[in-house]
Amino acid sequence: MSQVIHHEDHYDAEGSKIGMWLFIFTELLLFGGLFLIYSVYRYRNQDAFHLAAEELDRTIGTINTVILLISSMTIAMSTTALQKGQKKITLLLMVTTVVLGIVFLVNKYFEWGLKFEHGIFPGSEHMKTTMSQGEILFFGLYFVMTGLHALHIIIGLILILVAYVRITNGTVHANRPSLLENAGLYWHLVDLIWIFLFPLFYLIH
Amino acid sequence: MQLSSQRSYEGSYLEHQGKYKGLLGWITSTDHKRIALLYMFSMMVLFIVGALLGLGMKLELIAPGKTVMEAQTYNAFFTVHGVIMIFMIVIPGLPAVFGNFLLPIMIGAKDVAFPKLNLISWYVYILGAILVISSVLFGDGTPDTGWTFYAPYSFKTGANMLPAIFGAFVLGFSSVLTGLNFIVTIHRLRAPGMTWGKMPLFPWTLYGTGWIQLLATPIVGITLILVALERIFGIGVFDPALGGDPILYQHLFWIYSHPAVYIMILPAMGAISEIIPTFSQKHVFGYKAIVASTLAIAFVGYFVWGHHMFTAGMSNTSQYAFSILTFLVAIPSAIKVFNWISTMYKGSINVQTPFYWAVSFIFVFMIGGLSGLVLGALTANVYLHDTAFVVAHFHFIVFGGTGYAFFAALHYWFPKMFGRMYDAKWANTGWLLFFIGFLTLYGPMFYLGMMGMPRRYYDYLEQFHSANILSTLGSWVMVFGLVIIIVNLFRAAKYGQPAPVNPWNGKTWEWTVPSPPPVENFDKIPEYKEKEGPYEY
Amino acid sequence: MENEKHHIVPYRTYVFILIALLACTFISVGITTIELGELTVTGALLLASIKSFLVLTYFMHLKYDKPYIKIMVAFVFVLFVAVIVITFFDYLFR
Repeated sequence: MSQVIHHEDHYDAEGSKIGMWLFIFTELLLFGGLFLIYSVYRYRNQDAFHLAAEELDRTIGTINTVILLISSMTIAMSTTALQKGQKKITLLLMVTTVVLGIVFLVNKYFEWGLKFEHGIFPGSEHMKTTMSQGEILFFGLYFVMTGLHALHIIIGLILILVAYVRITNGTVHANRPSLLENAGLYWHLVDLIWIFLFPLFYLIH
Repeated sequence: MQLSSQRSYEGSYLEHQGKYKGLLGWITSTDHKRIALLYMFSMMVLFIVGALLGLGMKLELIAPGKTVMEAQTYNAFFTVHGVIMIFMIVIPGLPAVFGNFLLPIMIGAKDVAFPKLNLISWYVYILGAILVISSVLFGDGTPDTGWTFYAPYSFKTGANMLPAIFGAFVLGFSSVLTGLNFIVTIHRLRAPGMTWGKMPLFPWTLYGTGWIQLLATPIVGITLILVALERIFGIGVFDPALGGDPILYQHLFWIYSHPAVYIMILPAMGAISEIIPTFSQKHVFGYKAIVASTLAIAFVGYFVWGHHMFTAGMSNTSQYAFSILTFLVAIPSAIKVFNWISTMYKGSINVQTPFYWAVSFIFVFMIGGLSGLVLGALTANVYLHDTAFVVAHFHFIVFGGTGYAFFAALHYWFPKMFGRMYDAKWANTGWLLFFIGFLTLYGPMFYLGMMGMPRRYYDYLEQFHSANILSTLGSWVMVFGLVIIIVNLFRAAKYGQPAPVNPWNGKTWEWTVPSPPPVENFDKIPEYKEKEGPYEY
Repeated sequence: MENEKHHIVPYRTYVFILIALLACTFISVGITTIELGELTVTGALLLASIKSFLVLTYFMHLKYDKPYIKIMVAFVFVLFVAVIVITFFDYLFR
């Protein structure tokens, strides 16, 4: 007899959905702490934040926002496709989501690279000698928040890939869609965070 | 006492043999009852370490000046003592042990909602504990910041902070997963007929606690990460030299750590709410009021954190707001005490070991709570902040609260968990010594604080000497009582009389299943048929 | 536990929501190029809130879920906002 106690296989879709929502709440509050810090320091350093924000490229930021919004749509559509039993479309939509997520990460990589080239990175001497305290704080928060967000994109992509594998091997299907739906929820969370990051860092004027 | 070391029946969760045998069978088990015991034994070991550190501190304080250790060592002692006791003992405490063991049974379920996640929570807990301990054993010096890790010292000190910080983060993760599991369990796995309004009070407190674990812990999680990043990269978020505000660190830290004390006390109150009706053989007074105050404490508890920071440099407005809110949050706790006492009134009191613990809980909890109101008053706080008075307050309310409730729960549910009865005379002797020692250890600290003795100092002025001697003696008496209690329970587990199904005539569902319970708790999921709520005698 | 087969959201709905989201995005880029002082932040955050509402309600299915999940989400946001407000009792009045 296996060590795992097998109660009758109770697949509780609603239970696992609540579980994922509860986990999402913890992620919201994790970033919430950072948003709290951001609001305090922006309040205290309004001009410095304006100045520092001009270093960021609004175009790349907007493109990344659009990418993430489209990817949210594609993963949402994939749940519809799964429920309709359209396996191929489901998988195609999921791959699209993953590709878009990767493009987002690549953009981020170049954005950060550009900053580093200009001597803007956490703890840099250049920042300490040429920038005001408010600007240093802006970039400290920028790297931490977009960095943590990128980490969560990676986690989201992994979740989607796991769901992909399970759909291909038939363990996730129209009557047992939870894994895909919950992976989708997580992806939307990642999108939600960016929806707030974008205006707060890129659209300060 | 008839010695009986025969093992309990073959289908019990204790005896069950699955794919793996022996110890391996325990650390791979997803059975909530086994996981509860895994937590219990690991916590016991860690508690002993934390208690020894406490004894070491008291020994140092038996005389002014250096007694047995240098100042730096003393700083390390109170830091690690705090980190262990807070993050590894009282926060997980009742939920991880008694919540895990009893929640499914009390609501008529075969296990929690996510049994595998439950086991993972324990592994995460162990990982966190190892990380913290490693900060002591390896690296450039044991953490010396206090368990509160205040900035900027926490990122400037040369001590080995990173493993401790990451350890605390990992322990927080374990807490979040447990809370998540319990919330879903209560939403989805209550047996037919057990509506929210008929659920016993201990599960209700686990529900409220779960939400606090879920929503408050991430804040300290991100704060700890930021301290680590500050240490490694110097991002400036808490560094005044770069524009950061150390007071903001305190805000973020206490936004979690105040709700954390409600994680500690709510399940404790829940256990007391189970014990008092049983030993009064009477329905609980004001079930709805107790539920409402549980939720009120959980909710209002989020808004009082600033009372840890009255002297830190916040605005006056902020101080007034936090002081008023602090007084407000005391009200639901007072309601609970009133309800417990009203439950006992005209009840048929059965004076047994759990009852001694429950009544002494009320006594020490009241002292702790009232001293909290003293600290919540701004004028008094300015004088008492960072003195021994604060140390007395939180030991009365946390050790007195969560600690006494833990021992009460242990002596209440021991027969169910292990299928054995313990020797009541020794249990009561242990309780009495512990109680006297506890009061002698912490009582004098109120006086010392009012006279001006600071906390977290290894030295003090000569006029504080005699009270300190008394306090240290109290620590020895208390620990002696503790040893008796623990040895008594170990002996009972091995040689105690087999326990009946319902030794205390309790009314909740755990008292209908065998002692100890079988692996799947129930042959058939029961149906709740009582007309009124639980506790109908 | 029965497996609730919930309402299947048509592809079309998701496309419309995306269009709305993109519109909000471009509007917020637009208004922040205009110098509106204090209102700029408010405007940007307001639009971000509308976008999140759309994502939560449609993409994340809250519209089609049982009410208690919506209550939980609302509660978490309210709690978070309350914590920020109370923190500002300190910073606003120093």
